[in-house]
Amino acid sequence: MIDLPDVATATFDPTQAFQLHPQVALRDEEFGALAYHYGNRRLVFLKSRKLVDLVRVLEAHPSALAAIEATVEAREFDRYEQALAGLVKSEVICGR
Amino acid sequence: MAVDSPTLRDRFKLGLQAPICLTWELTYACNLACIHCLSSSGRRDPNELSTDEAKALIDEMAALKIFYVNIGGGEPMVRSDFFELLDHAVARGVGVKFSTNGTRLDQEKAERLAKTDYVDVQISLDGADAATNDAIRGVGSYDAAIAAMEHLAAANFGQFKISVVMTRQNIPQLDEFQALADRFGAQLRLTRLRPSGRGADTWDALHPTAEQQRTLYNWLVGRPNVLTGDSFFHLSALGESLDGLNLCGAGRVVCLIDPVGDVYACPFVIHDDFLAGNVRDEGAFTTVWRDSDLFRSLREPSSAGACASCGSYDACQGGCMAAKFFTGIPLDGPDPECVYGHGETAMASVPVALRPGSTVDHSARVPVRLGLSASRS
Amino acid sequence: MTDKTPMTTEDVVEPADEQVTDELLIEEVSIDGMCGVY
Repeated sequence: MIDLPDVATATFDPTQAFQLHPQVALRDEEFGALAYHYGNRRLVFLKSRKLVDLVRVLEAHPSALAAIEATVEAREFDRYEQALAGLVKSEVICGR
Repeated sequence: MAVDSPTLRDRFKLGLQAPICLTWELTYACNLACIHCLSSSGRRDPNELSTDEAKALIDEMAALKIFYVNIGGGEPMVRSDFFELLDHAVARGVGVKFSTNGTRLDQEKAERLAKTDYVDVQISLDGADAATNDAIRGVGSYDAAIAAMEHLAAANFGQFKISVVMTRQNIPQLDEFQALADRFGAQLRLTRLRPSGRGADTWDALHPTAEQQRTLYNWLVGRPNVLTGDSFFHLSALGESLDGLNLCGAGRVVCLIDPVGDVYACPFVIHDDFLAGNVRDEGAFTTVWRDSDLFRSLREPSSAGACASCGSYDACQGGCMAAKFFTGIPLDGPDPECVYGHGETAMASVPVALRPGSTVDHSARVPVRLGLSASRS
Repeated sequence: MTDKTPMTTEDVVEPADEQVTDELLIEEVSIDGMCGVY
């Protein structure tokens, strides 16, 4: 598998507003959460509680960036931005 | 990835708030008598969960945020409340994926299923032609399964699955199974035969040879679109791992609820030793899943045991717990179909007569005569 | 590695805690890749 970070982030614009996809259910687990998309039957594991918190507050912020800044420590901004980019690709979160 | 960081697989081993892959056998009644039936089905148990009890269980699944439930049996469509339960589940946000022999899946039922959202259907078939299939599933069962597929197609149901248990007799038919799936635009699912239920008696005659396992593995490696229900992770020692968790999820990621509400670690260990509790007990299913002694012990980190010195242990994890149990191999021993042959060695020291037998058997007492009512369109 | 291809594509450094890991924060799991599916 070749890493293509530019391709992943190209489709994700963190200045836009996002929300949990309406067809996705989140179930909390000790290590994070499970996200199940009822439409495409895909299951994604969110591997940190912080990421779950971030996904839950997305809709309360005017942009993904604002949500990240409100939830995550500065040294982890990139990491969580990458995670959100992946969640857009998996259709766990979507623009609103 | 850093060697020491816990992987997803490691975390799943320690347990989850609720199963991800819950199997619920609705009934032990079945109008077929497949010779390898993992649940030894045939006769309805008089103590089956009632419609109300089943609905309450579905409500509990919804409360636990179980995303979908795999429904089987016996033959689930012989329950007169099958559609009532299906609708109840879907209405509560619990998706239903059910497995059927197709004998009751006539055109009208196919159309009803096509109108129901969040339902996935899997038709069981164990041979690419009637001779091979019916030798396992009974005369007429192949035709009934194909008819069910035709009904689903005519009803524009959408994609369904064809699920095959791999045997010595049908491994030569891999390409034909794919062709059949392609004919219907269906998804092919191949699973492993375990020596469970009636499979305990027929396993020696039906299970693939070592060479056939390699053939199967090589065929699967080039076909990521073929599903396997993670049932061939014991073959991961042959090379790159197949798709899936590659892990025994019993009591950790998966479990079974049987028709009388008994909760087992997985559908392949319907045996007292793997009974965790009953949904009719106080605390219902949630308590069994989270607090039963059996599941707590399955979630303890386990050792590699006899496989510790084998370089492939990380890939195969010692194989399938159910396969080991019913062939009399210690659970920390090798899988009976270990690709290096260690399982055969282990089995050689266990007389067949001393293998654990079923403690739960609902097999029909007289030969089943197939009165198939599925009409062909 | 045995799990399905992770959805994020870049390895990143430490989590908020002590340990140095390259852990990705999300991972897709195949629901058909779990034993016991009937």
